[in-house]
Amino acid sequence: MAAHTQPGRPNQLFRNLNSKIASIPMMLTAVVIFLGGTIWTVVYSFTNSKLLPRLSFVGLEQYERLWDTPRWIVSIQNLATYGCLSLIFSLTIGFLLAALMDQKIRFENTFRTIFLYPFALSFIVTGLVWQWILNPEFGVQSVIRSLGWTSFAFDPLYNSDIVIYGILIAALWQGTGLVMCLMLAGLRGIDEDIWKAARVDGIPMWKTYLFIIIPMMRPVFVTTLVIIASGIVRIYDLVVAQTSGGPGIASDVPAKYVYDYMFFAQNLGQGFAASTMMLLAVAIIIVPWAYLEFGGRKRG
Amino acid sequence: MNIRSMAAVLAATVMLPLGAAHATDLEVTHWWTSGGEAAAVAELAKAFNATGNKWVDGAIAGSGGTARPIMISRITGGDPMAATQFNHGRQAEELVQAGLMRDFTDLAKKEGWDKIVRPAGLLKSCTFEGKIYCVPLNIHSWQWLWLSNDAFKKAGVAVPKNWDEYVAAAPALEKAGIVPLAIGGQAWQSTGLFSVLTVAIGGKEIYQKVYGDKDAKVAAGPEMAKVFKAADDARKMSKGTNVQDWNQATNMVITGKAGGQIMGDWAQGEFQLAGKKAGVDYTCLPGLGVNEIISTAGDAFYFPVLKDAAKTKAQEVLASTLLDAKTQVAFNLKKGSLPVRGDVDLAAANDCMKKGLEILAKGNVVTSTDQLITQDTQKQLEDLMSQFFANTSITAEEAQKRFVAIFSKAG
Repeated sequence: MAAHTQPGRPNQLFRNLNSKIASIPMMLTAVVIFLGGTIWTVVYSFTNSKLLPRLSFVGLEQYERLWDTPRWIVSIQNLATYGCLSLIFSLTIGFLLAALMDQKIRFENTFRTIFLYPFALSFIVTGLVWQWILNPEFGVQSVIRSLGWTSFAFDPLYNSDIVIYGILIAALWQGTGLVMCLMLAGLRGIDEDIWKAARVDGIPMWKTYLFIIIPMMRPVFVTTLVIIASGIVRIYDLVVAQTSGGPGIASDVPAKYVYDYMFFAQNLGQGFAASTMMLLAVAIIIVPWAYLEFGGRKRG
Repeated sequence: MNIRSMAAVLAATVMLPLGAAHATDLEVTHWWTSGGEAAAVAELAKAFNATGNKWVDGAIAGSGGTARPIMISRITGGDPMAATQFNHGRQAEELVQAGLMRDFTDLAKKEGWDKIVRPAGLLKSCTFEGKIYCVPLNIHSWQWLWLSNDAFKKAGVAVPKNWDEYVAAAPALEKAGIVPLAIGGQAWQSTGLFSVLTVAIGGKEIYQKVYGDKDAKVAAGPEMAKVFKAADDARKMSKGTNVQDWNQATNMVITGKAGGQIMGDWAQGEFQLAGKKAGVDYTCLPGLGVNEIISTAGDAFYFPVLKDAAKTKAQEVLASTLLDAKTQVAFNLKKGSLPVRGDVDLAAANDCMKKGLEILAKGNVVTSTDQLITQDTQKQLEDLMSQFFANTSITAEEAQKRFVAIFSKAG
C-alpha cells in the first residue's frame, strides 16, 4: 500500500489521525500485556524459577522434564481426544439443529431459547451439574437401575478409560447451542432465491444443503471454528468442576498442569515451559491456517 | 455542610487512627474451616482479643492446596495480611528468602522459645540462616490407622493390631460388603498414605534416607520395594471407596461402611464430633501398629513484613499469644492436635491423643515430609500416587521406577 503513496500527498502515518490516537490504548494493551506477557513467559521458561521468578538460566531442562512427565503426556492425549471429538460433534450437531430449526417450524423461539440456555451457564456450574448426573449413586445409573435394569453400569467419571468422554458430554451440552445459533444466522443469510432455484431444478433438500448452502456458509464456519478451537485449548474449569483431573490423573488437561505446577508445586519454570508448549501448539495449528484464510487474498 | 464542620470532620478522621492505636486489627488467614477446626480458631481469636487487639478472621475454604496460592499471591502481590498459617517446613521457604517474612529472633530469645518448643526440630524448620521466621502452633502426625470396631465385628474377625493382620482380614471384610480401606480420591491423601507406609514398613532410617537425603539408591532398594508391595495391597483394599474428601472417607469408617482409614490425627476430630469413643467404637494404631513412630508436621504462623508500625507491634503480641501455655491447651484440645510445648497439662486428652503424647515423650519422631521435600517434589509424588492408586494397570515395580526418578532429581 505504501508504495502507491504519491509525493505531495499527506503522509500515510497522519491520515485519519483521530482514530489512530483513539486506538493507542488498545494497541498498548495488545503489545504490552499480550505480547510482553508472552515473551516474558517464554524467557522465564528457560530458567529454574520456583515460587518467585528469577533469571538463572538452565537451558532446556524444564522442557526435558516436561516431556518426561507421564502426567503431561496424558494431558496432551486427553486434549487431542477431546479436541477432535468436540470439534466434530459440536459442528455436526450444531448444524443439524440449525437446519431443523430452519424448516419454518412452530415455536422456533422457544426451541432456540432451550437449546441456547446451557450456554448461559458457566463451565463450573455445567461441570457440577454433570458431575451429579453422571454420579453412579445419584445420577443416570441409579435412575435406570431403579427402573429394573439392575446390571446397568454407566459411570464414566469413575472409569479412567472413558472419563474424558464424560467431560465431552458436558462440554457438548453446554456449547452446542451457541454453534446452532451461529449456524442459524448463517442459514438465514442465504438468499431465498437460491432455495427457489434449487427447488426448480429438482435438487433434493439434503443435496442442496451439502453442496450449495454449506459452501456458501464458509465465513460462518470459519468463525465457529475459531470459537470452538479457542474453547478447546483453554479447557480447564469444566475438568476442575467435574473430576478435578481424576480418577488419578486420567482426565488431566494441559491448562490444569500449568496451573498446578505454577501455584501448587511452586515451580514457575515448569509451568511456564508447559504454557509455552501450549502456545506453540496453538501457533502451529492457527498461524498457517489464519494466513491462508485471511492473509492470502485481500478483501475489501 | 459548611467549611467549619467539614474541617471538624476531617480533623476527626485524622484523630481516629491515633485514638485506636491500642486496639489494632490484625487480619489472619488460615484454612481451618471444618467444624472442629473453626472451634479451635475461635480459641485463638479469643486469646488474642483478650490482649486488647482485634483478630480479623480470614478463613479460606478448600484446604491448604487452595488457600496457599491465594496467600502467596497476596504476599508477593504487595497486599500482605498480618499473619498467615502455613504448614511449617518448606512451603514458605522462598518467601522467607525473598525477605517478605518478618524475623522474630529477638522475641524468641526474650521468651526462650528454644527452651519451651518441643521437639526442637519444629523451631529448626522455622529457622533460616540462624534467624527465626515463624511460630509453631501444633503438632499433627500422619501415621495413624483408624479402625472401625463395628465393621470387624460384622465381618467376624478380631480387630487387627498391626498392618499385616489388617491385610489378612481384608477378604473377610470384603465378603461382608465392607470396603477394607477407605482412601479419598484427592491426591494428597494417597501420597500421605504412602509416606506413612514408608515409615511403618520401611522404618525410620529408610524414610530419612529417601525423603531426607533423597538417596536414589535406597529408593530403588528392596526395602522400598516392600513398601510398594504394601501400597499395592492398600490399593486393592481401597477398591470401591468412591469418595473425594478425607472426612467423607473418615465418615465411612465411623458408619462402619469401611474397615479403616490411614489418615492424620485430624481425623480424630470427626470421631469426636460423631460421639464415638476411642477403644470402644474405634481403634487407633499409631505407626500402623508396626513402628510406633509419628512425624512432627503441623501448623505454624508466619508474619509478613508490614509497613504499619502499630500492626508490626501487634504482630509480636500475637506471636507470644500463640505460644502461651493457656492458648496452647485450649486450641489443641479442640483441634485434636498435640501442643508444641512439653510443659503444659493435657489431662483432658483422650486415649489416642495420650498415645501420641507418649510416643512424642519417648522421642520416637521423624521429620515430616512437609519439612523434607519441596512443594515441587510433593506435587510430582502426588501425580504418581494418584495415578498409581486409581489405575491398577501400573505395577508396583513401574511405580517404584518413577519414584526413584523423582527423587534422583529432587532438591
